[in-house]
Amino acid sequence: MTALLLRDLRLATRAGGGFGLGLAFFLLVAVLVPLGVGPEPALLARIAPGILWVGALLACLLSLDRIFALDFEDGSMDLLAIAPIPLEGVVAVKALAHWLVTGLPLTLLSPVLGVLLNLPGPGYVWLVLSLALGTPALSLIGAFGAALTVGLKRGGLLLSLLVLPLYVPTLIYGAEAVRRGVDGQGAPTALLLLAGITAGAAALLPFAAAAAIRVNLR
Amino acid sequence: MELTVTDLACARGGVTVLAGVSLTLPAGRALVLRGPNGIGKTTLLRTVAGLQPAVSGRVLAAPESLTYAAHADGLKAALTTRENLAFWAAIHGQGGVEDALTALNLTGLQDRPAQHLSAGQKRRLGLARLLVTGRPVWLLDEPTVSLDAASVALFGQVLRGHLAKGGAALIATHVDLGLDEAGVLDLTGFRAQSRSLGGVFDEVFA
Repeated sequence: MTALLLRDLRLATRAGGGFGLGLAFFLLVAVLVPLGVGPEPALLARIAPGILWVGALLACLLSLDRIFALDFEDGSMDLLAIAPIPLEGVVAVKALAHWLVTGLPLTLLSPVLGVLLNLPGPGYVWLVLSLALGTPALSLIGAFGAALTVGLKRGGLLLSLLVLPLYVPTLIYGAEAVRRGVDGQGAPTALLLLAGITAGAAALLPFAAAAAIRVNLR
Repeated sequence: MELTVTDLACARGGVTVLAGVSLTLPAGRALVLRGPNGIGKTTLLRTVAGLQPAVSGRVLAAPESLTYAAHADGLKAALTTRENLAFWAAIHGQGGVEDALTALNLTGLQDRPAQHLSAGQKRRLGLARLLVTGRPVWLLDEPTVSLDAASVALFGQVLRGHLAKGGAALIATHVDLGLDEAGVLDLTGFRAQSRSLGGVFDEVFA
């Protein structure tokens, strides 16, 4: 398990691994939105939580198809399927690796982008907290989508169509937590629901994804 | 530590290609599968490996005793030879990779990224993976593709060493590996009945 995690992290950070692409995308979204809607601090402050969450979600989506597709193409998935570690564990570890190279850096970068979008002062804590609690769900749901589409040529678009609707609850509660935090209302409720989605996804989706991979390996 | 296949039928793309296959592979023995292209050698090996379900029949083997090597070697281009091998060793809970590197003459290439290996060198690395799994029964699908004569002989030696240590191998190959003691199973006789028409069709368009 540890070996698989280390391998995936090493592959992601070596040349051609795609590490940083999601971050760069997130940064560009946060830069482009003020250019698009105009320099009105009040308006930006109001839409910042939503924009930051949508940006993080799309940045996460960018690298999803790599979770299993590369291993599938080079035959590693066959070999992992008959290796001593269960396929459910493989899925969980690969989702964790995906989160470590996308969700976690996005979370850490988000306060900087909050400045670009004029996010009000009280929002920063809630932004980081909500992303930290919510992005693991994005990686887990994404891993499930990637497992469903793994055998398909050009499965990336289908993957987006499958996964984006499933991201809706995470997006709603994530952005809501930040908005409530900014307004000084009770953000913890939304955060708890967000953590609930992540916990549920972590408990169920590795099994669903492993079943989908087994079907796709036939 | 024996592989027993009883009355196995297996399908590719929903079409049953082989039926009634029975074989026994005791420790220390190798069995070579022969038959024309498309007869279902790969399908049979994948079914025995558990990668796809059998249509009917049974595969009996000790748990976690099988390993599989096919056309795709499962190598990561960005990792070096040693890193690739060490990963599979770690996954299978095995220790060093030195013996495997030496056995397939890869020691000189150990720090080279897999993307800069030749096709034959990648194949040797893929075969070295078999040694670090520590599993007794090898299912090999065309193991000698893109190997030169010297490497085929080298792999023949590795295979013989594996059999001598009580391992076993089920090999789909068209090449003579120099294993005099290996049995041969011709799959032509196990072609599934529903397939006979399709077989003729394939010949016509070949």
